[in-house]
Amino acid sequence: MASTLSTSEATRLAPATRGLKDREKKRPGPYPYWFYIVPGLIYTIFFIVPTFTSFYFSFTRWDLFTSTWIGLKNYQTFFAEQALVIGLRNTLIYAVLTSGLKVVLGMALALLLTSKIIARGYLRSVIFFPVLVSVIGVGLTFAVLMDPERGLINQALGVVGIDGPGWLTNPSLALFSIALVDIWKGVGLATVIYIAGLVSIPGEYYEAAEVDGASRWGVFRHIMLPLARPATATVITLSLIGGLRSFELIWAMTKGGPGFASDVIASVIYKQYQAGFYGLSTAGSVVLFLLVTIIVVPLTWWLNRAEVS
Amino acid sequence: MRFTKKAGRGTALVALAAASTLVAAGCSAGSLGSSSGEGSAGATEITYLLGGSTDDVVASGKAMIEAFQAANPGITVKTDTRPGGSEGDNLIKTRLSTGDMSDVFAYNNGSLLQAIKPEQNLTALDDQPWVGQLDQTFADSSKGSDGKIYGGPLGTAFGGGVLYNIPLYKKLGLEIPKTWDEFMANNEKIKKDGSADPVEQTYGETWTSQLFVLGDYANVEAAVPNFAADYTANKVKYATTPAALAGFQHIQEVHDAGYFNKDFASAKLTDGVKAVATGKAAHYPQLGAVATNIPLVAPGKEKEVGFFALPGNDASKNNMTVWPGTSALYIPKSVEGDKLDAAKKFIAYAATQEGCDAFIKGSPPQGPFLSKACKLPAEVSQVATDTQAYFDSGKSSPALEFKSPIKGPALEQICIQVGTGQVDAKKGAELYDQDVKKQAQQLGLPGWD
Repeated sequence: MASTLSTSEATRLAPATRGLKDREKKRPGPYPYWFYIVPGLIYTIFFIVPTFTSFYFSFTRWDLFTSTWIGLKNYQTFFAEQALVIGLRNTLIYAVLTSGLKVVLGMALALLLTSKIIARGYLRSVIFFPVLVSVIGVGLTFAVLMDPERGLINQALGVVGIDGPGWLTNPSLALFSIALVDIWKGVGLATVIYIAGLVSIPGEYYEAAEVDGASRWGVFRHIMLPLARPATATVITLSLIGGLRSFELIWAMTKGGPGFASDVIASVIYKQYQAGFYGLSTAGSVVLFLLVTIIVVPLTWWLNRAEVS
Repeated sequence: MRFTKKAGRGTALVALAAASTLVAAGCSAGSLGSSSGEGSAGATEITYLLGGSTDDVVASGKAMIEAFQAANPGITVKTDTRPGGSEGDNLIKTRLSTGDMSDVFAYNNGSLLQAIKPEQNLTALDDQPWVGQLDQTFADSSKGSDGKIYGGPLGTAFGGGVLYNIPLYKKLGLEIPKTWDEFMANNEKIKKDGSADPVEQTYGETWTSQLFVLGDYANVEAAVPNFAADYTANKVKYATTPAALAGFQHIQEVHDAGYFNKDFASAKLTDGVKAVATGKAAHYPQLGAVATNIPLVAPGKEKEVGFFALPGNDASKNNMTVWPGTSALYIPKSVEGDKLDAAKKFIAYAATQEGCDAFIKGSPPQGPFLSKACKLPAEVSQVATDTQAYFDSGKSSPALEFKSPIKGPALEQICIQVGTGQVDAKKGAELYDQDVKKQAQQLGLPGWD
């Protein structure tokens, strides 16, 4: 939501800020420079230093006690790792799938929940509720529900005569089952963002459309969809970043298994770390950082640019 | 910058907030510092980090501490638990490297001990009175690369093999298999009979998947006597040594034949133990130590589960792969003075008959003690009796992790990949060789770069 606000605000406040900037040139900033020292220190100690040391350690063989420089070997090993190849593919599938469905379902639910229906406020809270629950709690609960033999889901399916699949134990199904839970848990946030986006569309557009005799689909296609674009951009960006670095839910539900079937980059990194390959896992974190940057930065730039035009 | 108007007030507020944060931070740091020093005033208090958090680990730890405190009134021991598996490894490494380790802690010997650099991080215990009484394989696998002993004995050794249901074997007139073919023939008969699953697997708890490979090591060594040394020196590989590859092939064969229990992908260790104890499953390849759980999950069935070594190709060399303890007791180097003396006393106590007796109160023995000063009670479980027979007849040989410092961390996932049919045995062995390479490089072993 942050980016929606800041971009729309930026356009709205553009003349005003320009005026401010002119004034600022004549006068020094309102804060004395020493005032930056404390936040600067905190930022340096807790962000800059760890970031750059992690770049350094990713080039070493590191056992927390000592480290030796080995150049690019960690990266070589990391990319030769079969778990990583699976993990990379899974990460992309997972991110695109969850963020895509969150956009579609979020939009659909927002349309429903901004229309005049009974118990609208209550339903809005119901949709948002899973967002508030702990990820690990959700993961563990669904792991129990999805147990192939004793889980509630398959037992319920058994009552109507369907032999339910091994949601988390079938290697080709596990990742999708987790993605489904991720969507269930995250769609509330997408819905709220869309509701905000839809509500902020001025009523005049609808009135004009009504006068012109536009169909309901026409209203959705040519008014709601384009004008809710900032909301779409926000939902895509947030859920894509979330999907790319997803870890907790997968760890709680399958720990990347069976075998490596539901491993994503973050879980591969964590496993290397657990195994004591600290240099290797740091190299993995750098790879993840670069991947998120490479995908999300151009995407955000494109989404926001198109929005302005 | 938009808030120019309010700048003056804002600055003051933020400054105040920053100042109070600093004060708060100062306070907490101070109180943390003082709390660690409190305990040492009267009697000596040491902390003992247990080797896990399961019921038997906690119960045996408590029983031992009670007995120790009764014998040493000046010392109190506090316990702490930790997760097992790779999460536990990680916790141990982190606490050691940050100097935050308990005064005594239980952790694996063998290859995992090498990964925590005992020479740098632990106190050598060479001069201790119990050193002369150690089981030789335990002593060998509790040494650092400098040849000094760092670990004290805790509990008993145990085997890795196949737990089997005795009533079912009697009913079908089966004999204990000495070769893999005999084992598969037994499975065929059990499958035909239909009352039990031939082989239980429990991939819901990933570590349990490794026994086909780890427990087969005695057979590997019988076929290739120099395997451990050559393997450590990067001269032989799992994928290219037929005897070593066999472990992976066995998983595939059993899977392909459809001998697994239906819920193998999600079942957990206790499900497996229960299945083999109640006759729902005939075989469960596992560590003998898990038989400790039988009285808890299937009361009254203690005598109905037996244990045999994983069969290989040669019936005359069918030895049992044994684990000379999965854990030993260590003291981190940071412990000094009274606490060090107390910690040493505690470890020495664990090596005495009284200490051993207290230990098995919480965790029934499944094999012989690691300290020769200790004798097993007359009444022990069937699994312990069967294991002891292999020890007595000299048909036991230690697992690879006690002869080589390298063990790939992803073996459990790779075994599951083979066991769920995602990759074949050959590919699984190749993947494991890659996994092992990382471990060897991390340890800086010669011949791997």
